[in-house]
Amino acid sequence: MKSLLKYFFAISLLVLSGCSQNASTPFTTNSTLNSSNAIFDGDVNDPNSIAFFKKNVGDRVLFAVDQSDLDQLGKNILLGQVEWLQANKDYKIIIEGHADERGTREYNLALGARRANSAREFLVSRGIKSSRIQTVSFGKERPVELCSNENCYSENRRAVSVVSNLKF
Amino acid sequence: MIQPTDVKLKQRAEYEELALKSLLVFIFISLTTTALSAPLRITITEGVIEPLPYAAPTFIGETGASNEIAAAITELIKDDLLGTGLFREVPRSSYISGIDNFSSPIQYSDWKAINVQALLTGSVLLSGEKLSVKFRLFDIFSNNELGKGLQFNSTKQGWRRIAHKVADEIYSRITGEQGYFDSRVVYVAETGKKGSRKKRLAIMDFDGANSKYLTDGSYIVLAPRFSPTGKQVLYTSYETGTPQIYVIDVVSARRTVLKNRKGTMSFAPRFSPDGQSVVYSLEQGGNTDIYVMNLRNGSSSRLTSAPSIETAPSFSPDGSKIVFESDRSGTQQLYVMSSVGGSAKRISSGDGRYGTPVWSPRGDRIAFTKQSRGRFHIGVMRTDGSKERLLTASFLDEGPTWSPNGRVIMFTRETQGEAGVSALYSVDISGRNLKKVTTRDGGSDPSWSPLEK
Repeated sequence: MKSLLKYFFAISLLVLSGCSQNASTPFTTNSTLNSSNAIFDGDVNDPNSIAFFKKNVGDRVLFAVDQSDLDQLGKNILLGQVEWLQANKDYKIIIEGHADERGTREYNLALGARRANSAREFLVSRGIKSSRIQTVSFGKERPVELCSNENCYSENRRAVSVVSNLKF
Repeated sequence: MIQPTDVKLKQRAEYEELALKSLLVFIFISLTTTALSAPLRITITEGVIEPLPYAAPTFIGETGASNEIAAAITELIKDDLLGTGLFREVPRSSYISGIDNFSSPIQYSDWKAINVQALLTGSVLLSGEKLSVKFRLFDIFSNNELGKGLQFNSTKQGWRRIAHKVADEIYSRITGEQGYFDSRVVYVAETGKKGSRKKRLAIMDFDGANSKYLTDGSYIVLAPRFSPTGKQVLYTSYETGTPQIYVIDVVSARRTVLKNRKGTMSFAPRFSPDGQSVVYSLEQGGNTDIYVMNLRNGSSSRLTSAPSIETAPSFSPDGSKIVFESDRSGTQQLYVMSSVGGSAKRISSGDGRYGTPVWSPRGDRIAFTKQSRGRFHIGVMRTDGSKERLLTASFLDEGPTWSPNGRVIMFTRETQGEAGVSALYSVDISGRNLKKVTTRDGGSDPSWSPLEK
């Protein structure tokens, strides 16, 4: 949850400094890895903003140890993503698959790819065009939580949908 | 001064442009009176070994200007030998006679009296940028020289390689096995915080010296592997945003993407023993299988076809087989198949998960990572899965690589928690002599080069 707190902090800074952007103009993200870069995320109160997608829709689903099956909570989040993506057809997403640190490096890359694909297949099965979705695995290379126990591991076993208006 | 009576010259192609511009020349000095087969011998077994007591008086500087580098070379040879755990240095304070002149006869009784079994003597001549090192090895208890005196020539810059070559020669004469000191390690240098770690491909001597970066850290790189000649390195890189396979020339640092297919991830590349093909993993639609690419024509063929994860392939040294990991049984396990694919036989059978198999250069063993009851281990087993032995245990050990002679394994050890860092460690295949390898930054995913020629 630390990332969300960081995120709120960034947004409140934006609001305070009066530079929150109007989300009706499509933003350009300069990197697919800038998922926490609030500058481009727009106003969290605008349901068409990336900020809204991250905070209210939910940009990530979590997985059990060594698994890539979606649980009901994950499916609900992805249904929300489907709705948002159908309302915001200019956007594409890159789904980043991740693993916790309790595995070997290359296996975790493959496992992260499975997780990203699991989320991708769900979105496609609910009508999102596969051409709007790309996947990438980071294995255990980019943990979002850094402690070495299950509290962190459960947050790291994730598939994160990063919204982008880049052409694939 | 010894006058070489029999001179053979061997030239070698240069490995690293900076370290050694000149050729290394081997001059064999024939002085032996009687060529008896020497009894001095360490047999490397898997049991406990009593280190062999040896003495290495500081090599004689043939000129005043040679003294400093002579001392440095002697110390490095000693570091190499001591680092094996097979040798014990008899302290200089107990010497009865010294070595003041490289050509003087050896007072065997003086060395016997202090229980020195092997005596190494040497001399060093530094003249301008030219460096020349001679050494002789004596088997004290049989009153004989062990092997012939040998001379290495190089530039001043190449002094570490010369010292490693002398140490390799001594190791080889005493153990009967090839050494591993004149070798290099390519690895991933790690800096920065755990969640945003900067990863750079780096290459260094096996002992951590002469480290240099091959990539700049602007993208993640993973799991490098040397080519059979040691001149190229395969690795996985996020340079395009998705993991893809690259090959880099270690001298020029020029890199080329080998596999870059949109919508797929390619990773875990390793060379075949003849260097003509690359076995690797390709992920499409969430499923990972093993493929082999012919480097001459770029064509790929698929070796496994299963809905499970198949990755971390490694060729047997004769090129006929591939060991890999698969979770087709439900958990990561090790399998062996023909190098052209077909059915695979599971070889791991203990509790826990097995990954990252690497075939030994001798062909007789497979090193692996094992996860069991919350711990990670580096282990070795026979190629049929028998005689499994775990060498290490920690919060996270992974990714073994073999020394060129198959006697030592280097691997990654990561500590836990927010401040957790990765470092390189080495351990003998007997499980003895566990130690940290010196690296400038944190390090992971080591790959040990073949021995330099």
